[in-house]
Amino acid sequence: MGAILLLEDGRSFTGDAFGAVTTRVGEAVFNTAMTGYQEVLTDPSYAEQVVTMTAPHIGNTGINLEDPESEKVWAAGFVVRALTRGPSSWRSSGGLHQYLVQAGVPGMQGVDTRALVRHLRDKGAMKCVISTDGTPVEALREQLAAWPGMAGRALAAEVTCAAPYVYADPPSPTARFAVLDGGAKRNILRMLEQTGAYVRVHPLSDPAEAFCSGVDAVLVSNGPGDPAALPGVVEELRKAVGHKPLLGICLGCQLLALAVGAKTYKLKFGHRGANQPVRDERTGRVEITSQNHGFAVDKESLLAAGATVTHVHLNDGSVSGFAHEPSRVFAVQYHPEACPGPHDSARVLLDEFVRRARNTPSPAGASS
Amino acid sequence: MSARQRLPAGATVLVIGSGPIVIGQACEFDYSGTQACKALRALGYRVVLMNSNPATIMTDEDLADATYVEPLTLDAARQVIEREQPDAVLPTVGGQVGLNLALELHAAGILDQHGVRLIGADPVAIRVAEDRQQFKDAMVEIGVGVAESGTATTLPEAEALLEQVGLPAIIRPSFTLGGAGGGIAWNVDEFRAIVTEGLRLSPVDQVLVERSLLGWKEFELEVMRDLADNVIIICSIENFDPMGIHTGDSITVAPALTLTDREYQHLRDLAQRIIRRIGVETGGSNIQFAVNPENGEVVVIELNPRVSRSSALASKATGFPIAKIAAQLAVGLTLDEIANDITRVTPACFEPALDYVIVKIPRWNFEKFQGADRRLGTAMRSVGEVMGIGRTFPEACLKAIDSLEGGYPDVSAATDQGIREALATATPDRLASIFEALRRGWRSSQIAEATRIDKWFLDQLEEVVRFEQSLTGRFVEQVSATELRRAKRFGISDAMLAKLLGCREEAIARRREAEGIVPTYKRVDTCAAEFASHTPYLYGTYEDEDEAGESESDRVVVLGNGPNRIGQGIEFDYCCCHAAYAVGEAGLTSVMVNCNPETVSTDYDTSDKLYFEPCTVEHVRAILARERPRGVILQFGGQTPLKLAHDVGTVLGTSPDAIDLCEDRERFSALLKSLDVPQPQSAVAHSVAEAAQVAGRIGFPLLVRPSYVLGGRAMAICYDQADFDRVVVDAIATSEAHSLLIDRYLEGAREYDVDALCDGEQVLIAGIVEHIEEAGVHSGDSAGVLPPVLLSDAERRRIEDDTSRIALALGVVGLVNVQFAVQEGEVYVLEVNPRASRTVPFVAKATGVSLAKIATRLCLGTKLAELDPACLKPKGNDLYFIKAPVFPWRKFAGTDVVLGPEMRSTGEVMGVGWSFGEAYAKALLAAGVGLPTEGGVFLSIRDSDKAASVGIAGALAHMGFRLYATRGTAKFLEDKRIACETVFKVREGRPDAVDLIKNGQIQLILNTPLGKKAQYDELAMRLAGLEQGVPCITNLAAMKAVVSAIRSQRAGELRVIKLQEIA
Ligand SMILES: Nc1ncnc2c1ncn2[C@@H]1O[C@H](COP(=O)(O)OP(=O)(O)O)[C@@H](O)[C@H]1O
Ligand SMILES: Nc1ncnc2c1ncn2[C@@H]1O[C@H](COP(=O)(O)OP(=O)(O)O)[C@@H](O)[C@H]1O
Ligand SMILES: [Mg+2]
Ligand SMILES: [Mg+2]
Repeated sequence: MGAILLLEDGRSFTGDAFGAVTTRVGEAVFNTAMTGYQEVLTDPSYAEQVVTMTAPHIGNTGINLEDPESEKVWAAGFVVRALTRGPSSWRSSGGLHQYLVQAGVPGMQGVDTRALVRHLRDKGAMKCVISTDGTPVEALREQLAAWPGMAGRALAAEVTCAAPYVYADPPSPTARFAVLDGGAKRNILRMLEQTGAYVRVHPLSDPAEAFCSGVDAVLVSNGPGDPAALPGVVEELRKAVGHKPLLGICLGCQLLALAVGAKTYKLKFGHRGANQPVRDERTGRVEITSQNHGFAVDKESLLAAGATVTHVHLNDGSVSGFAHEPSRVFAVQYHPEACPGPHDSARVLLDEFVRRARNTPSPAGASS
Repeated sequence: MSARQRLPAGATVLVIGSGPIVIGQACEFDYSGTQACKALRALGYRVVLMNSNPATIMTDEDLADATYVEPLTLDAARQVIEREQPDAVLPTVGGQVGLNLALELHAAGILDQHGVRLIGADPVAIRVAEDRQQFKDAMVEIGVGVAESGTATTLPEAEALLEQVGLPAIIRPSFTLGGAGGGIAWNVDEFRAIVTEGLRLSPVDQVLVERSLLGWKEFELEVMRDLADNVIIICSIENFDPMGIHTGDSITVAPALTLTDREYQHLRDLAQRIIRRIGVETGGSNIQFAVNPENGEVVVIELNPRVSRSSALASKATGFPIAKIAAQLAVGLTLDEIANDITRVTPACFEPALDYVIVKIPRWNFEKFQGADRRLGTAMRSVGEVMGIGRTFPEACLKAIDSLEGGYPDVSAATDQGIREALATATPDRLASIFEALRRGWRSSQIAEATRIDKWFLDQLEEVVRFEQSLTGRFVEQVSATELRRAKRFGISDAMLAKLLGCREEAIARRREAEGIVPTYKRVDTCAAEFASHTPYLYGTYEDEDEAGESESDRVVVLGNGPNRIGQGIEFDYCCCHAAYAVGEAGLTSVMVNCNPETVSTDYDTSDKLYFEPCTVEHVRAILARERPRGVILQFGGQTPLKLAHDVGTVLGTSPDAIDLCEDRERFSALLKSLDVPQPQSAVAHSVAEAAQVAGRIGFPLLVRPSYVLGGRAMAICYDQADFDRVVVDAIATSEAHSLLIDRYLEGAREYDVDALCDGEQVLIAGIVEHIEEAGVHSGDSAGVLPPVLLSDAERRRIEDDTSRIALALGVVGLVNVQFAVQEGEVYVLEVNPRASRTVPFVAKATGVSLAKIATRLCLGTKLAELDPACLKPKGNDLYFIKAPVFPWRKFAGTDVVLGPEMRSTGEVMGVGWSFGEAYAKALLAAGVGLPTEGGVFLSIRDSDKAASVGIAGALAHMGFRLYATRGTAKFLEDKRIACETVFKVREGRPDAVDLIKNGQIQLILNTPLGKKAQYDELAMRLAGLEQGVPCITNLAAMKAVVSAIRSQRAGELRVIKLQEIA
């Protein structure tokens, strides 16, 4: 069965269909990670995005029960060069094709993914439609045109949890965290739990007093969509500023930037991969990080707001982390929780989160 | 000074190379040394280089400020340090040899004494990494899994350990190279044998006895660390062959393809922990892991604290120049300060993302070592490798197979049982056997069971074979364009398709092109296209978009030499690099085509455009169609490109017809006759019967060889009918043209290798190399001296005149190599190679004339007369330059060490001296043959040589050596009043020759084998010598040379000479 990917600018790619037989619209993006396709598919931040993996062989290790980052596949479509049908891994409990069939997500293989990536790199991430059910091109064009796109989309509000719940409640917690869930990856919660902390998760719609009550710090999670489209959330965060240490990851980083008065903007094609070099300006240490974001924090406005840039993305100099000490705000644009990706920043950053939560001065923070 | 301090600009850095090409340490270390020298000089450091291998780019005068082509010995290194007073020494780009020498210098206190700092690795770290036991202890300490084991320094200790680990057991000596002396013992006898050998080979008399992890998955991570403690993984490499087969003998794949992120990140975390614990402060390290396929349990195998063979592969696989960066880190730069050459905008502090797959396949030469065990194990024995790049594993794998050039066995004749065995015990035939099994309908799962190879790979190959089968027996016309494209996307070559569809390769190509099914070229850019790349490092694949890009100036294509193999090695890569440089200097765009990842020619900055593709008709034709070059240069890649002479359109340089003429004996003889240049009486035979007639006509002794082969493959000297019958069949089979060349064998002749430049009108004799061994020993296996010492003026004039007339008659444009044999004043031509020869780099180093570059200019149309005479004028006329070969005997237990017309050396070294003796002594030292200055010498000389041996024996006796000899020889010498003890031959009585050797009473063996096939006792004796590391000289000429070498060694120190100071 043939599959087609039609881009906003008229360019189209064809290949062989796999996964669900259907048609989906979304934003065409690419990810350069060479492992971790299952984590990518289940990362809520990929909601309404058609993901192209640059690694040619996908599905090699099949699908397993431990690695998903949420309870479902969020990506709108999956484009690869070569799909593996018979996976090989002692942990595998099934193949990628079946997995996407069940998830109702269309896949496409045999594509010159490199050509597609070069196109997105040059023209920027854009709207697209992927179809595996033979829908005529005209109809696809209409669906594509009808889709609003990412800019201005409050997607996080759609993927957040329904009601607050306690994720971890150890007898004598090292610290108490509230996680504002914009589509949090499991491993963020897991890692907080591993620090021996108490962890309570809140829907994005909760008011400040709700998520601030009874915790040492609030962590605003990663998530999909445009931060600027969540004025309500930013409003609540602003109320919390100064009262509690506020921490952020990815979308959380952008929301907190807005909360302290900085601006965000859309990157041309984003940062999506597991090899993104970030330098902690306070230690000069470089960490290879996992990243997945299409929007970023504007540096000038951030400095103007009195914040300091703590982490710089070495590929393009963009902001990868900032601190607004007076109001105890600290956030990073990358994913310390990895999954997929390197663990370089996991320990360091989690320690800092806990430290800030307990409001203990950074020990060797600036030298280690 | 503190380690963190950056080495001050202008400081002097000593770079130690890796010496001769040997198994386990090949030209990848020319690649790394060259990158290091370039990088250091670019940073404003003064570079002093030491390497005994003249056939390297790094020893080109312009790559370092001071270049010493000297033995890599403590003594030579000390002299260099005293003369050059370096501030630092970089030991991590010269392989194990470079590393070990640096450690010796440190241990001997020489570094401290001269205030030289070791950069890139500190002695403690190296020791912990290289000492298997210390390494394991360190791993246990940081909670990293290791295979249960213990170290032993004696056989009994080892046997005690065997109790714990059980059989099969793995034995690995400390501080050896390429697993030398190690092995897998399946029974107690094997165990004792391997341990004993290992203990002797290990410089610290120590072996590790280890639990077997046979069948576990094997992975390698290439790790880099800087002084700021940033640690990055450049590349993950997965071994297709599971644990039990040395990574150097394994088919390997990058990136790793059968790990989940969780598992890969676990390895990555461990790698970081390990390199930090070992304390490799800067540069590249290679860490090997074994992973249990049943439960993911991870065990670390070893860490190589230096740029390794795998780093070279990783560099080519990712486009990330590990050696260059390692050098920059060693002097104190940090990764975030270094730019990524390819993207220019991003820093080197990142981890390359691959959007293609590479497959490396080793190239073996077992056929040259009759009697050697072909089973692959924990010791590496391949002599070269190829790399295939494709968008998928099957494509990369099939392209790698194409690149092997006959290095890929045909097992279609094997019985099912034979295939079954070939799967169970790995030999060089395993990959072919896997395909064969699939063709015979085996399922990938069965094969996975038999081989323990991950099923994922086998599934991929099975898909290819099933598709092939869907084509078999059909006609080209019946195959749809879609199917054809599918076939090409799998990586199936036109040649293979032709076989399946029963037509000519040409027909497939025409059909393809008619359908517009041609390769597109993609870039290796380190970042999976996330950023634009500025280096056209390309590979072909069947996709939609092409990225080869256009170039302003005319293109000139240089065809490379493919995989290294005995007879065609680094010398040719050296020439290809120079060709590319010269093309660039001429203002044209140089386009390199090669598939050998170990080389400098496949560095993205050697040529303007690099096509990392198989050097076969199909791939080269496609590249030419894409590049539309002014022409193609064939003459530098050895025999490989010559085969394509008729398929590449415009050839720049000697014409394809002239090339054929040289290979076609009838035409060649006719030419020599017309020039009346004598040639050993010879004839061609196309069948065994015809061969017999010819033999009868010419008469013994005879030299028999197949046509169109390099390195004297299957060439043999036949003294009688029996010898003749033995070799003739194999020889005919070996020849691609199925024809045999039968020559009268010129016994006792002197041989000369002449390299000359010709522009079609004028000839320049660049160098005459006089072989030290007499004709009959392959030119590649005999030591050679420049200038000649035994050549009379008349003979010289004759040689020069013949060379000129032959070159002009052939219309040579570029380089030509002529081999002469001089017997009783008569000068014969043995062969003419209308191309750069193995001796070109040596002659270039010895004369200071850069032959390959000049030849390239000639190919591009310049005339010799137009060149600056200065660049043609040889230097060093008052010095002697000697090249000596290096042999892999140790790796092929059981093969005889007698030299013959079939080449078996893997590499060469050069010795420079003010006297012949000094030069030869240095050359032998560099080749690892330590000559004694006192002690016992054993002689066993065949009758025909006895008279001539008197002078030699006398000289040795006079120098105070104690002489031992077998009865005949002893009696003969005593008659000549030379005192000498008689010793039993083997089986004559005890103590026999072998006993003496084993008891260490003999420091030198002089044995000219009886004319016929080596006798058993002689063989035993030579092998004993080999085991005891006693040099064994098997021909008179070399013995004479050895005597003068010993003399100058006794006379005193051998002084080091700097290339740049030679006038
Ligand atoms: N315990 C073991 N069981 C099985 N194979 C092993 C074991 N240890 C090493 N090997 C094999 O031997 C090869 C060489 O071992 P290694 O330590 O890498 O030596 P070298 O220094 O020569 O590379 C490895 O590549 C691996 O395939
Ligand atoms: N007629 C001959 N008499 C004596 N030795 C010969 C003769 N022909 C060739 N040889 C020896 O065999 C070696 C290999 O022959 P050559 O033609 O050079 O093969 P290759 O093409 O492999 O270099 C030569 O180096 C020479 O020592
Ligand atoms: Mg190894
Ligand atoms: Mg090693």
